[in-house]
Amino acid sequence: MSPLRRRKEVTRTISARPEAGHLLEITDLSTSFKTPRGLATAVNNVSFVLDRGKTLGIVGESGSGKSVLSRSIMGLLPKQNVVRDGSVRFEGTEISSLSNSAMRQYWGTEMAMVFQDPMTSLNPVLKVGRQITESLHYHLDMDKQQAHDTALALLKSVGIPEAERRLSEYPHQLSGGMRQRVVIAIALACGPKVLFADEPTTALDVTVQAQILNLLQQQQRERDMAMILVTHDLGVVAGRADEIAVMYSGQIVERAPTRTLFAQMRMPYTEGLLKSIPKLEQPSHSRLQIIGGRPPDLVAPPPGCKFAPRCPYAQEKCHSEEPPLVEAETPGHYFKCWYPVGTDAGKEALERNLAAGLPQAIAAVAGDAIAAAKVELAV
Amino acid sequence: MAGTGTAHLRSTDDVLLRVENLVVEFPAGRRMKVHAVSGISLDVREGETLGIVGESGCGKSTTGRAIMQLPRPTSGSVLFEGQDLTKLSGEALRKMRPQMQLIFQDPISSLNPRRRVGDIVREPLEVWKRGTDESREKTVNEVLEAVGLDNEASRNKRPHQFSGGQCQRICIARALVLEPKVIICDEPVSALDVSVQAQILNLLEDMKQRYGLTLVFIAHDLAVVKNVSDRVAVMYLGKLCEVASPDALFTRPAHPYTAALLSAIPVPDPSATMRTPASLQGELPSPLAPPSGCRFRTRCPRAEDRCAREEPQLRPVLAGSEHYVACHFPLIEAAEVPTSTTPVSINGS
Repeated sequence: MSPLRRRKEVTRTISARPEAGHLLEITDLSTSFKTPRGLATAVNNVSFVLDRGKTLGIVGESGSGKSVLSRSIMGLLPKQNVVRDGSVRFEGTEISSLSNSAMRQYWGTEMAMVFQDPMTSLNPVLKVGRQITESLHYHLDMDKQQAHDTALALLKSVGIPEAERRLSEYPHQLSGGMRQRVVIAIALACGPKVLFADEPTTALDVTVQAQILNLLQQQQRERDMAMILVTHDLGVVAGRADEIAVMYSGQIVERAPTRTLFAQMRMPYTEGLLKSIPKLEQPSHSRLQIIGGRPPDLVAPPPGCKFAPRCPYAQEKCHSEEPPLVEAETPGHYFKCWYPVGTDAGKEALERNLAAGLPQAIAAVAGDAIAAAKVELAV
Repeated sequence: MAGTGTAHLRSTDDVLLRVENLVVEFPAGRRMKVHAVSGISLDVREGETLGIVGESGCGKSTTGRAIMQLPRPTSGSVLFEGQDLTKLSGEALRKMRPQMQLIFQDPISSLNPRRRVGDIVREPLEVWKRGTDESREKTVNEVLEAVGLDNEASRNKRPHQFSGGQCQRICIARALVLEPKVIICDEPVSALDVSVQAQILNLLEDMKQRYGLTLVFIAHDLAVVKNVSDRVAVMYLGKLCEVASPDALFTRPAHPYTAALLSAIPVPDPSATMRTPASLQGELPSPLAPPSGCRFRTRCPRAEDRCAREEPQLRPVLAGSEHYVACHFPLIEAAEVPTSTTPVSINGS
């Protein structure tokens, strides 16, 4: 627990102008890491807005930059060897250039994060109760009794049985699901306006996953909190997000309201992700579609469309010219592709590639695992 | 569901692997025992894929390993082609090993980082002194080509130069090189990205055809298991709950646990998600002191007194059906019990 107990009044004055504008506004945010081989661009010109009480799902493979994006927005990345560019506005205030000490008034009270691994995101040598009351003391200036009562209420609200006893237990005495509930309780302690949930259920069993996702949704509704749900599983966001952004190689390649995205996806990568997941409705032994290859090197990404080397639709143009993020017929639906899925141009491109025997097209259409391996070896 | 019993075992000649009343217990100090697997019976026909699903800690990996005699089961028998592996020891057991291979969850840590891929795949042939140097070379090339790793470039590289998906291909090649009859796949895709998962699932399906394999596929993801399996066994805390064909199991689960597992899966379709909000409460009880009677009763919405007293046995859902369930109050019994030809009045009116 920090001995410092500096309460900042500044935050309160900022939130004096509530409902005006978006809660969170990200414009052209880029984040790169300095590596011995050069600059690795993990987040590349990402823009989006998030309104109060809404959920944005961010989906992508590992290495697509989705975790770096949420950390970059919150200012949690180290200052050394990280190059950050672009603007992050929280309730109209620019926060991307703030120092760590200035960010402290946002962390916990305005924005909070639930991390992937509940085993390592709790301090193993502090009792659970103390880890929850830490921010209550610091930000809300509660005394011992108030903080204890609040922590107890929080533990109860996240569905932990025998909350009183759990307060004086250590993290190792709790199961994985219980620990994730504690992490959520810590994140919710000071009533943040945005919750970043970075793969909150990846380390958990499927039955516990459902419990945790329901809990997050219920807490979000009760508190009218906005949430950014980062995951690699399209299934997790399908029923829970208002809007979904698909990330690939640090860029948002498609963004749309959830139903629009599933009904009329335009980006071949989104289609590939969805069709490669085995589904319960399909009979057993159905052939799955494959996205061949692997995500590009972030230090030296391909010049054109980043997905082109793996894309079943890719044409000459895709390899040389990067497509812009354009709006589809449906308002609010953006995609980044020259030959979008579900259009005549896309259909012709796919047929041309199949006729030419392009391995990534064969991998996608026939689910050919050997063709997929060839794509990967060629990259 | 703490089901025991052997009603679901088949008696046909083409059963390649037959596990009866397998029990695995680990000492936990202070005279306590971890009841990892408590009396499981399974059989696998030649060319079939048996899927085993369950939450972590339910004993599914232990079952897979106990079949391989790693570790030796506490009791029970494992018949492979009619021979009881639990009775074999030393050289006789070693002689059986090339027939059965394992593929593990984490492909990167299951390959020796300091060895070249070609050597990793060739080692089993050398251990068993199969063929000459030349023929080994040829076999390795064939296997690597079969899993899609262009051998010229790949053979001299080391595992860290490959992605997770490629490493899993190497593991599959290493398992295939001795031409085993059975491969036990222990969560082979759960460490991989969704896009790579599809590659490995399709590849396993291809290899099964090409090499005439029989697979035991262990996973926690029901959709994955449904995709690859011919028969599925659902496990809970060291016991079997339900055994059925994937289509029967997933369209009409008979066990409350299977139904709960199914309702917990997130469906990648925004209009279909809010199916059954009845998600499972609580977590797996400790395997040190499993509940009496049916082990699922502590979390089961249908549990009654009888479930605490009496352990349910695996029995067909319908007389003569291939769908077996270990539950006193299965979900589809009431609607499905064949009515006798003469209607029976219940109140004696």
